[in-house]
Amino acid sequence: MASSADLKLLSAYAHSLGMRIDDHDEAGMPVVAIDFSEDLEGRPGALHGGATSGILETAGYAALRTELSKQGRNARLKPINVTVQFLRAGLRKRTLAAGRIKRLGRRNANIVVEAWQDDREKPIATAVMNVMVVEAD
Amino acid sequence: MNDIPAHFDPERMGSMIFERAHPGWLGLEFHEKGANWVELKLPWREDLVGDPDFPVLASGPIVSLLDMAGGMCIWTTNRVFKPVATLDLRVDYQRPARDHAAVYGRTECYRLTRSAAFVRGFAHDGDPEDTVATMVGVFMTINPGRANG
Repeated sequence: MASSADLKLLSAYAHSLGMRIDDHDEAGMPVVAIDFSEDLEGRPGALHGGATSGILETAGYAALRTELSKQGRNARLKPINVTVQFLRAGLRKRTLAAGRIKRLGRRNANIVVEAWQDDREKPIATAVMNVMVVEAD
Repeated sequence: MNDIPAHFDPERMGSMIFERAHPGWLGLEFHEKGANWVELKLPWREDLVGDPDFPVLASGPIVSLLDMAGGMCIWTTNRVFKPVATLDLRVDYQRPARDHAAVYGRTECYRLTRSAAFVRGFAHDGDPEDTVATMVGVFMTINPGRANG
């Protein structure tokens, strides 16, 4: 069962693929977790690059929503872009991802995200995201 | 994937590739092809939505669509199926797709070296002149059994 906190941080797409909020890291940012399943597979035995990207983006938005909520801001987020670096093959195991807000202004945010499996120091992929932040009236 | 024949045809192979795994989960379909490009279709589905207030496809599935089309345009250009791994992928989002609209991803392999393939492409929701997103990517070929892919 997804908690209410998960529902605010995860999209229908993220839920449907099997992502959930596992915990928060030492910086207070939500950690997105997903167990390996065939739905994530690209070439046999490896995570699909698109699924990896989706996990990274989800963790990036979750980090940004967490930070906006801390600041008491209610905003709609619109993607500007994402650049993903694939560093290692994602294997048949659990994948985790968490973001860091590098800049949050009035209109846009810059977020760096890491995805890892066994060891956060050895990420399988990283992403940089720019997001438009549209304040609700 | 030994059952995929050497002469890669995205139209013929699409049905096999899209039966299972992540492309199967997304419901990707083959749409069009050229000598060095392919276009795939991502049908709209309620559980692929990003924002509950707007019934448009999330960015995640669109990245997957473009990544998959990226690999397939390399095999189409090569006319051979050789496993590839995405090294770097950038997607710029111009606008959300229309409500309940399918999104198409068209990618071309504009340069192929022995170990790297350079790909560019875009996503649209019916009019290729009015893009939803643009992408550039670099893919590496994987040679099993070799120390240096």
